[in-house]
Amino acid sequence: MFAWLALGLIIALGAAYVGAAMVQWRAGRAWSLWRVASWLCGCLLLIQALAPGTMLLAHHDFRWHMAQHLVIGMLAPLALVLAAPITLLLRSLPVNAARWLTALLRSAYVRFISHPWVALVLNVGAMWLLYLTPLYLASLQSPWLHALVHIHFLLAGYLFCWSVLAGPDQAVHSASFRRRASALFLSIAAHSVLAKVMYGYGWPRNVPHDPEQIRAAAQLMYYGGDFAELLLAIALFAMAFSRHGAEQTEARAKA
Amino acid sequence: MRNDTGGTSPPSRSLLYALPIGIGVMAAVDEIIFHQILQWHHFYDLATPTIGIISDGLLHSAELLATVAGLFLVVGLARRGALFKRWAWAGVFLGAGGFQVFDGIVSHKLLRIHQIRYNVDPLMYDIVWNAIGLVLIAIGFWLYRQASRSQMSAAHSAGP
Repeated sequence: MFAWLALGLIIALGAAYVGAAMVQWRAGRAWSLWRVASWLCGCLLLIQALAPGTMLLAHHDFRWHMAQHLVIGMLAPLALVLAAPITLLLRSLPVNAARWLTALLRSAYVRFISHPWVALVLNVGAMWLLYLTPLYLASLQSPWLHALVHIHFLLAGYLFCWSVLAGPDQAVHSASFRRRASALFLSIAAHSVLAKVMYGYGWPRNVPHDPEQIRAAAQLMYYGGDFAELLLAIALFAMAFSRHGAEQTEARAKA
Repeated sequence: MRNDTGGTSPPSRSLLYALPIGIGVMAAVDEIIFHQILQWHHFYDLATPTIGIISDGLLHSAELLATVAGLFLVVGLARRGALFKRWAWAGVFLGAGGFQVFDGIVSHKLLRIHQIRYNVDPLMYDIVWNAIGLVLIAIGFWLYRQASRSQMSAAHSAGP
């Protein structure tokens, strides 16, 4: 039920983005094809991860659960953030609605949750909670909780990628590059420590998975998480350096 | 960095920026060869104390970020035409050797996160491991000497 609803929603979001980009092109305004590709890539990753077949496998096999988690919580959010959906949305909405959205984005609440350190806690903290408490077992038994966990990972993953990159959609927080990079640093460390704790001590416990499967999943979490965070780090530095380069060229032009 | 005059950086910066690349490459070699291919030691063993896992996690994170940052810094130097290749290679070797020795002494012996191989006397492995690290450092140092010497002769021939 949740899977079909989610698939419908993702396809709608994919179509809406392409539609909005086409409106921009028709109006003679530029919108990068890379961004469109990035958004569609994110949608396809989510469709793969939430397809009923994957859901069924992930329910019984912890390795599949982990692969699904990597895609929903780390890879897809990065692709979606790089597509700058908020900028496109602001451009596409009528003026009043865009103003309202801007006010919402600048609200104290959004500024708070999108700060890199808060997003870090929402993202990695939730993971520690899920795997080191009976929450994971409860999520296997309740479809609603299960759906909620997936939604949380997608939103928290998106929030974290956006807050660390502070772009391409303009950030609403004012955290420095150093703070953003240190949030990423702590995230990588927390990820790898959690994976080792799961591997070594067999968490989550009291679940219907074999210990061998849990260890394989923990290893997938370690290396897969590294890969996803490596991509995020590359995006972070690439964006910081291109900004720095642009500033230098500007400074030289002024001199 | 703000004091750069017209984009010229001292050659030592090429070395400095290349250091983390060497560290990251060595760490990747360790993970790929010893953890994945040979499976001599796993990325975690049951005898590891908590402080070992946490410090290992922080180290791992630092390596990953340092490699990416180093690559971008070196590419940045190259784009400004301020990259001194020999100095950069010296940095790569010094970083790789330094990491190897650090891993051999701190991780294997002081924190005891893991040994190189189990069910054998690790002494021989430890010696070879650290010796390779020292050889890498020696190559790095030799490259550094070469680079700084050619730098000096270039400065002499150019005149004041």
